[in-house]
This record gives sequence, C-alpha cells and structure tokens, in this order.
Amino acid sequence: MLEVSNLEVVYNDVVLVLRGLSIEVPDGKIVALLGANGAGKTTSIRAITGLLDVHEGDITKGEIKWQGERIDKKDPSDIVKSGITQVMEGRRVFAEMTVDENLRTGAFTKRGTSKEAYDKVYDMFPALASRRKDTAGYLSGGEQQMLAIGRALMADPKLLILDEPSLGLAPKLVQQIKQIIVDVNNTGVAVLLIEQNANMALSIASFGYIMETGKVVMDGNSDKLLNDEDVQEFYLGLHGTGERKSFRDVKHYKRRKRWLS
Amino acid sequence: MPQMVPLLAQANSAETFLTKLIDGLALGSIYAILALGLVIIFKSTQVLSFAHGAVAALGAYLAAYFVTVINWPGRYFESLPVTLSFIISGFVAVAFAALVGMLIERIFIRPMIGQPLFSIAMITIGIDIVVRTFVGDLLGQGGNLSVGSPWGILSISKFGEIVVPHVFIAAIVTVVVVVGVLILFFRTRMGVAMRATAFDQEAAMAQGISAGRIFALAWALGAVLAAIGGIFASISPRGFGVTGGTAFFALRAFPAIIIGGLDSIAGAVVGGFTIGIAEIMLGHYLAGASGTLGLGFTGLIPYLLMMGFLLIRPYGLFGTEEIRRV
Ligand SMILES: Nc1ncnc2c1ncn2[C@@H]1O[C@H](COP(=O)(O)OP(=O)(O)OP(=O)(O)O)[C@@H](O)[C@H]1O
Ligand SMILES: [Mg+2]
Repeated sequence: MLEVSNLEVVYNDVVLVLRGLSIEVPDGKIVALLGANGAGKTTSIRAITGLLDVHEGDITKGEIKWQGERIDKKDPSDIVKSGITQVMEGRRVFAEMTVDENLRTGAFTKRGTSKEAYDKVYDMFPALASRRKDTAGYLSGGEQQMLAIGRALMADPKLLILDEPSLGLAPKLVQQIKQIIVDVNNTGVAVLLIEQNANMALSIASFGYIMETGKVVMDGNSDKLLNDEDVQEFYLGLHGTGERKSFRDVKHYKRRKRWLS
Repeated sequence: MPQMVPLLAQANSAETFLTKLIDGLALGSIYAILALGLVIIFKSTQVLSFAHGAVAALGAYLAAYFVTVINWPGRYFESLPVTLSFIISGFVAVAFAALVGMLIERIFIRPMIGQPLFSIAMITIGIDIVVRTFVGDLLGQGGNLSVGSPWGILSISKFGEIVVPHVFIAAIVTVVVVVGVLILFFRTRMGVAMRATAFDQEAAMAQGISAGRIFALAWALGAVLAAIGGIFASISPRGFGVTGGTAFFALRAFPAIIIGGLDSIAGAVVGGFTIGIAEIMLGHYLAGASGTLGLGFTGLIPYLLMMGFLLIRPYGLFGTEEIRRV
C-alpha cells in the first residue's frame, strides 16, 4: 500500500505547491487522482518517485510510505527497485533510441532481464512487436504511449503510476489505453491513475481523489464521484453549456465544499 | 611534435601527397581518440571539459612514470619484451586515469549539477590549471619525461609476413577504441543507460538509472580516452616524451569536436581525422608556398579550421543544431 500523508512540497524554496496532500493506494487497486491544470498532480508523482530534486522541489512536511516503509528520502533508483514505476506525463520515450532499447532502459534495475519479460510486453502491445528495431521517435503518439507503459512494466512494478496517459489521444486510443490499464491491474499491479479525463479514470478506478491547489478537496468510491453533481459539473463536462466552468466558479465550488464539510 | 615544414619547396608529386595523407591519418587518429573522450563527457553531462588536455598530459605522465621512472612491470621480469612491458604499464596508467576522471566528477562536477553550464565550464578551466601545474611540477626542471621507445627504434615492426608501420599503431588503437565505444553504447546495459540519460535525464532517472553513476562513468571513460591520446602524443613516432606541450597538443580535441559536432561520436572521429590531415597537408603545401607563415603555423591550422566552422556551420558536421549555444 502507498500512503501519502499531509504532504507539503515547495519549489525553489518559495512556491508552495502541495499543501497537505493525503492519498492512499491499496495493493492491487486502481485509484484515480483527478484535478485541473496546475492542481499539483504531477508534483505529487515527482514526490512519490523521488524526482523532486530535478525540479528544485523539496518535501517540507508530511511523509510517504510504501509497504509500511518511508520512501520520501530515498532516491529514484531505490524507489524503482522497491516496486514503484511511473509513466511520465508527455510519454517521454527516448526518441533517438529503438523500441527495444527503450524497453531495455525500463529493465535497468532488473539485471539479467529475460527474453520472456520483453515478450510479455510485446504480447501486450502487438503494435510495438513489429517495430522493435524502429526509432521510438517515429512512432505515433498512441504507440509512444504504449511504449512508455511497456517501458515502465519492464521494471516489474507492484505499483504503476500513470500521469495523464490519455492526453492528446483519439477516443479510440483512449479506450485502448484504458483496457491496457485494466489488464495490467488484473495481473495484480496496483495503479495510481492521474487524469483530466475523469470519465475514463473513474470508469475503471475503484476509488478517486479530486485535488485542487495542492490538496484533496473530495474523495470517494468511483461511482459516488461519477454521480456527484459537482464532479459532473466541473470534471465530467456534463453541465448545461458543455464547457468547463470558469475559474471563479471553481473558487465558488471550493468555498461551498468547505461549507459542506 | 615533429615539424613538417620542409626546408626546400618540394615537387608536389603524387608520392609526397600519399605520404602526407598517411601521416595526416596517423596524426588524426590520435586527435580522434582525444575528441571521442571529450564528446562522451559532453554528450553524457552537457559539460565541455576544458581540463581534457591536462588529463591527457596526466595520463601520459602516469605511463611515463610506470615505464621510465619505476620500470613497472619490467623491473620484475628481466626477459619481458619492452613492448609488452610498455603495454601493461600503459593499461595501468589508463586505469589510474579512469580513477582521476571519476574523482574529478565526484569532487568538482557533481556538486555543480543544476548550476549554469557556464560555471561548470569555468570549474573545468580551474581543474585544467591545477592538473597542468601538477604535471609540470612532476616533470620538474627539464620539463620532459621519456616514455621510452615502446616500439623500438625502427619505424616498422614485422610480425612474420605482416608489416606494421609504427605511425599506424595509433590508428589501429583508434579503430579498436571506436568499435569498443560503439559496442558499449549500443550493446551494453550501462551504455544504453548512458544514451538514455544523455537524451532525457529525468526520464532516465524515472527508469531507476542513477544519473550520478552515469556521470562518473562518462568522466572515467573520457579520462581513459584522454590518457590514451596523451600517451600516443608522447611516444615515437609522434612525440619524444611527456612535456608541457602534451596538454596543449591534446587540446586540439576541441577543434576536432567543433568540426565534427559536439555531441556526435561519428563527428569526433571525422573531426579528428579532418584536423590531422589538414594540419599535415596544409602545413606541407602552404609552407612550401610561403615562407612567411612561420614554424608555428601547422599548430594553428586546426584552430583556423575551427573558427571557419564556427562561422559557417556552428553545430559541426554531425552535431545537433540546438547544441550550438554553449
Ligand atoms: N519546477 C517547478 N518550479 C516551480 N513551480 C512549478 C514547477 N513545476 C510545477 N510548478 C508549479 O506547481 C503547480 C502544480 O504543477 P503540476 O505540474 O504539479 O500540476 P498538474 O496538476 O500536474 O497540472 P497539469 O494538469 O497541467 O499537468 C503549478 O502551479 C506549476 O506552475
Ligand atoms: Mg501534470
């Protein structure tokens, strides 16, 4: 289980981005983390995976526990070794390298990775299997997303974190990615799914968190969130005009939430 | 470094041309090894190491120390052929150089990660001065330490039917080194990790690749190649021992990689050969045409070429275009 409690993250010693974030991902479950642009979703992942340093970010409060052990002071390679990998926002495949080589980087922490491990990923992504020797940069956006997921799976994770995997993909591909996430989860891997496409995320997650300006403003089982009027309005785009509400409305929403709680 | 300026203008016969071309290739292969080391450091860490020449000199000094000063391992095996003893000493010197590279990275470069590249470049200039002074002190009064005559005094060696001109030994080593580097980068786990880190450091770290270890490896490798280049610059037929000039000579890796492209392995090799051939050929033909250029002219040729490239094609023959703002 992953437990993030009361996490505070500051960038460049001044910009407070996470303000007491608390989330949990139980073993074997899919959990959705939703929120508008700039809410701090990616920052949360950087904190969990030990990549804040790269961005001059620091954890100033709170803790992150994985399988009962604190990981908030560990470096990224130890965290990967302990069983957490991520599919980064924007895919971030190694565009100059081949598909095979990209998978090989994913297996870096697993010395002597067998051919079977590669075959497992290629079975899951037949579109990649025929392009093993191709340069990753020439793959389509959907294929690159699959490669990014396949790469993360090469480390044989117990928890897979995906940061907006549906971003910029056509609806058909979004369905495909969704199915892949379900398949991965069925092999016993817990999933933390960050999305702006709340519909997609909540349709496969068992539990969801909604965050705004650095903390969770709402959480609950997926069906509860899917049926919640506010969530429908602000994240599922189901309100009257078909557009997202303005920032002022979001503020209003926050005020109301505080009122209710 | 031999001076190639002829006293009398020769007839530009085809034979002279060929001789000079071969000579240029031989010199170019040393530049190529040096340049390759510089490119590996740059590609992996985005740092241009101005200490490269000094590290080359230090590597050459280490070799000279083992060969000439303490005669290791020859002192223990009197019947050991000089060439073999030299090769063993050379390997040990190169291993020490790797250690030096790693220490430089660990002590000076790692703490600078995240600082502007300009500051890191300045640090390497500092390292250059320190290391060069250190080597100068070691060389002492005469300022020259022989590395012996590892290949003997003749200009060729015969192995049965096969004749190896000694100028080509560096070229053979270059081929071996280039093939080795390619195998490393494209076939091994660490090499693939190095390329991944060079392409996208954060994404590589997200795969569990430790950027620090990759940096250390890159500096070790860079220092190894610097040392090999430095050694070849100091032994016959190219040089007559380690001197203050060895570092200066090795700095021509810079024009080589600027011509080839800062981040290109192929570019380092092509750039190295280009300046080697240009130095010998232009040195020969231009000196024949005009006596006013002076004896130092040949040494300037690589830099003149470099300046030309910086004006016309700043990212070099094989380089990535964005990289030119260094
Ligand atoms: N390296 C950084 N230095 C300073 N501020 C940063 C840095 N990275 C992100 N931020 C700020 O932190 C806040 C949260 O960013 P983050 O990327 O975590 O949001 P997000 O929820 O992932 O957004 P998106 O949906 O756009 O990906 C934003 O206001 C952003 O400007
Ligand atoms: Mg984000």
